[in-house]
Amino acid sequence: MNDIVISTFSGAIRAGTPLLFATLGEILAERSGVLNLGLEGMMLMGAFTGFSISYITGNLWLAVLAAVLIGGLMASLHAFMSITLRINQVVSGLALVFLGQGLSGFWGNAYVGMQANSFQNLKIPLLGDIPYIGPVIFDRDVLVYIGYISVPVIWWFLYKTTAGMNLRAVGEAPDAADARGINVILTRYVYTIIGGFFSGLAGAYISLAYTPMWVQNMTAGRGWIAVALVIFAIWDPVIALIGAYAFGGISVLQFSFQILQVPIPVNIMNMFPYIFTVFVMLFASSNRIKKLFGAPTALGIPYSREEKT
Amino acid sequence: MSEKILELKNISKSFSNLIANDSVDFDLKKGEIHALLGENGAGKTTLMNILYGIYKPDAGEIFLDGKKIVISSPRDAIENGIGMIQQHFSLVPSFSVVQNVALGLKEMGIIPDLSKIRKKIIELSDRYKISVEPDAKIWQLSAGEQQRVEIIKLLYVKSKIMILDEPTAILTPQEAKGLFETIKEMTANEASVIFISHKLKEVLEISDRVTVLRHGRVIGTVETKETNENDLARMMVGRDVVLKTDKKPSHPSKPILEIENIHVMGDKGIEAVRGVSLEVRGGEILGIAGVEGNGQRELGEAIYGLRNYTGNIFINGSKVRPGNVLERIKNHVAYIPQDRKADALCGGLPVYKNLFMKAFSSPIFSFNPYFFYPEKLKEPSEKVVKEFSIATSSVDQEVKFLSGGNMQKVVLAREIKSHPKLIIAVHPTRGLDVGAEEFVYNVLLAQKEKGTAILLIAGDLYEIFNLSDRVGVLYEGQIIGYSEPDESHIEEIGLMMAGVKK
Ligand SMILES: Nc1ncnc2c1ncn2[C@@H]1O[C@H](COP(=O)(O)OP(=O)(O)O)[C@@H](O)[C@H]1O
Ligand SMILES: [Mg+2]
Repeated sequence: MNDIVISTFSGAIRAGTPLLFATLGEILAERSGVLNLGLEGMMLMGAFTGFSISYITGNLWLAVLAAVLIGGLMASLHAFMSITLRINQVVSGLALVFLGQGLSGFWGNAYVGMQANSFQNLKIPLLGDIPYIGPVIFDRDVLVYIGYISVPVIWWFLYKTTAGMNLRAVGEAPDAADARGINVILTRYVYTIIGGFFSGLAGAYISLAYTPMWVQNMTAGRGWIAVALVIFAIWDPVIALIGAYAFGGISVLQFSFQILQVPIPVNIMNMFPYIFTVFVMLFASSNRIKKLFGAPTALGIPYSREEKT
Repeated sequence: MSEKILELKNISKSFSNLIANDSVDFDLKKGEIHALLGENGAGKTTLMNILYGIYKPDAGEIFLDGKKIVISSPRDAIENGIGMIQQHFSLVPSFSVVQNVALGLKEMGIIPDLSKIRKKIIELSDRYKISVEPDAKIWQLSAGEQQRVEIIKLLYVKSKIMILDEPTAILTPQEAKGLFETIKEMTANEASVIFISHKLKEVLEISDRVTVLRHGRVIGTVETKETNENDLARMMVGRDVVLKTDKKPSHPSKPILEIENIHVMGDKGIEAVRGVSLEVRGGEILGIAGVEGNGQRELGEAIYGLRNYTGNIFINGSKVRPGNVLERIKNHVAYIPQDRKADALCGGLPVYKNLFMKAFSSPIFSFNPYFFYPEKLKEPSEKVVKEFSIATSSVDQEVKFLSGGNMQKVVLAREIKSHPKLIIAVHPTRGLDVGAEEFVYNVLLAQKEKGTAILLIAGDLYEIFNLSDRVGVLYEGQIIGYSEPDESHIEEIGLMMAGVKK
């Protein structure tokens, strides 16, 4: 029984880590007013790029770097489409999903079932020996630790720094920020791309730590869950942490339940991503719902100085 | 005093095919208050947005202290010592006053020292007697308070040139007086001020010089001392204007609209109308004055059935249900909403369909209960277009291509042609030029003569004085008191608008 508790909680953190990265990145992008529904696509490309670089070079950190960059590259495509060309952000985000699924599927065909170098657990001295807590929290791989650190750093950045204040102003009232000399377009580009970095990292975690092998479509809807988590977290990194690990927990529970022989059909679990998709689409298209949840006021609305909205 | 600190030369700007600024020249002397006067749509905001870097001019040059400069973003303007309070405030609603003042300041490093900024705000607020609550969130503040925040923002950065775009629009008369004192103090401290308005009295009171803009062109610049209300009005409108309407005494008949204690929710989930009871009789105009955002819009929408409410509304003696517009239409209620583009017209539909939109279900135009023959509307439409002198190329023209005044005429025509017993008019002349404004006034007064009951909800006190027979003041969702619609009561009405009970 003890083992099951420990393995469930460690599993929650394992499964929650990619959700956490993607959610944190999307929080930054959405705080600037850009809705990027393409997380799933960016994560898949991150997973694929990370895996293939690790497979070819054996260098894990190079693999992670490449995954991060590919996420940023895809996000900059979204930024160009939605900020500069001012295309509907939902449409542009969905395009990223299809792009990521298509490219990773095409190039990934050759790697199916192969294994590559992957991240190993790194026990933190002393802390790692605490009963229960040690193995769950302090005996993990490096990327999990990076996840822990990201949360307070992003929180501090958002609420305590000048740049964070500017970022929030751009998402809440871009015209006001603009009138104070803040470059709205540049701000949105920067955070949309940073959001992409995080998605790429989330993907890398999946193929280099979570399931260290290549499986087609291996993100399996996690990008969508992350989009929903942003709303759940009301755009706050700390709540995002709780949400990500909780959802990670739900997805491991099915295995624990199987071991304990609690009958919850796998199909129910598999349904989640799609239910979230519907929910998010509803959300993204209704101003009233956006208000109700306290979304950044300008979320999803392209900015132009001369055009009145 | 005579040294020119700023010069705009030959500024032109057009939006698609509309010329908003046509070779405009404007200059500002050190320490003066220069008023920019013009009707709604004259191009005042456009000109100032160009100066502040929000709009890119199609042509023209800007000189600061005799040197040519290029302003391509608000950042450039700020760096050149230009500050602006925009017509629609630029504040971040979820931020505190301190954060709003801090936003974008150059002096802030990686981590802003908000306590220092807070201290300076308190100093400024003491020195200029502008009371602000530094830690309040903007969304909690009234429009008047928000404007004080904007002024603090201007004072904080010590701009050399301060632009105030229609700053009095949302103020009570008393608040406006306070603002004028602050402005005078600013100029005493070396700043030069561009004061934008379409109100003649204000401009005469506050400015040293006046430049009048009409249809995007400069009509002239005059010394305030050497001009008067009539001259300015003529420059602004292009012809002599009658500043008074011909309001005949009313002979109220039986009550047409009776409201008993209604409560209405606003969009923010806060109660916007909090227990209003009132009565409007046939043949009278009841004016509802008040600072915008005190429940005006919600009250109008609730009466017309567009918004849910609790309490009772009777039209012509019979009770109507909340949220049922059709019932109102059948009871001959006409509605002129504040946002005609969004709430009264279908921009993409031709004039003739818009004209008869409300009559679609009535037997006169629905020639057959199952089919609808819009072509048959064209002929009657042409008559209406003539009668109301709506300037449109044809009845097939899509409404969105009409000017604001002509759009409003389409709305008026449709509503009047439904033979109303009650008219609810919310800011019916907002954004219209004086000609169209006169037209609206005349139509409403003629309706009153005919015995129609009219509820006029308006922000402009002079509009209320010109039209109504009684005036009630709406403050925080309640009718705080009634008064006479006459300039001699302006003090009293102003106090009520600020929440002071009689
Ligand atoms: N961003 C814009 N896009 C299209 N038309 C505009 C824009 N800004 C102003 N206009 C038009 O330019 C004209 C002048 O507007 P504006 O400068 O706001 O007038 P004013 O401030 O004198 O009331 C109006 O007809 C207005 O509709
Ligand atoms: Mg204006």
